[in-house]
Amino acid sequence: MKSAVVQLPGLNRDRDMIAALTKISGKAPITVWQTETDIADDVDLIVIPGGFSYGDYLRCGAIAARMPIMQAIKDKAEKGVKVLGVCNGFQILVEAGMLPGALMRNSSLKFVCKEVKLEVVNAETDFTRAYEKGQVIRCPVAHHDGNYFVDSETLAGMEDRGEVVFRYADGTNPNGSMNDIAGVMNSRGNVLGMMPHPENLIEMAHGGSDGRGIFASALDVIAATA
Amino acid sequence: MKTNLSAAPARFSSSNIGGISVIKARVTVTLKNGVLDPQGKAIEGALGSLGFAGVGQVRQGKVFDLELDGADKAKAEADLKAMCEKLLANTVIENYSIALD
Repeated sequence: MKSAVVQLPGLNRDRDMIAALTKISGKAPITVWQTETDIADDVDLIVIPGGFSYGDYLRCGAIAARMPIMQAIKDKAEKGVKVLGVCNGFQILVEAGMLPGALMRNSSLKFVCKEVKLEVVNAETDFTRAYEKGQVIRCPVAHHDGNYFVDSETLAGMEDRGEVVFRYADGTNPNGSMNDIAGVMNSRGNVLGMMPHPENLIEMAHGGSDGRGIFASALDVIAATA
Repeated sequence: MKTNLSAAPARFSSSNIGGISVIKARVTVTLKNGVLDPQGKAIEGALGSLGFAGVGQVRQGKVFDLELDGADKAKAEADLKAMCEKLLANTVIENYSIALD
């Protein structure tokens, strides 16, 4: 698997993401800067990591979503390349219109940095097949704006189609998001956005490896289709 | 976006100096009805605790003051609408209104 990690001013989880991808795939990802207009053809997975791109000015992810690299990512996604956005990366994907909905200020108005439980709602996606449906995993979160909102009609369709991939479980919703949504996918099934940070729980040095399955799933699917 | 804001003349050099005209505009962005506004709720609570009785509901939003080159108000309005749709507002959750000076 060849992966690419997107870098923008203010993103700060890129190094964690690079470390996780390197450990799990055995190969260091390439990095892509915001002003680039193309991504190498052999890249199978594009990851937008977390952080505070452009200082969260205007709205989280709003400025980043209008940078040239985003058009290249949209073009790749239309060709079926897998795209994962974590935390600010998720906010950027919704601002870019690549995923439905919006991420609003946490209902507590507080930045939350803690561990939550996630239910794997759909274990048939390219990012979750290493898990069982209904499995509850641990995952860290760290964000101020993770309160997922979408209009009720769109939400009903997403729930029916299995596009709500992760839900906060066991009363651990840290931000007030609708239907306890922690991660959603596009209809085609190749773009996943999630607020929690699976890259920070991939080895025993992290205190667990529950997040590893997201990367391992994508790796398996890509290896099988290569 | 066709309008280059960074090239807008400084305030003192507006409309009557050197024949450069500037249109001033105010864009107001507010949350749509039905979208939960935790910040508005917190402000509402704070107003109550300051002793302001009878504040029914507070919804917070954003205001953008812009200066656009030119004198064509119709064009300015069309440009501002495009700016709102593309960047200033997230139309999933927000409404916007445009007022020209």
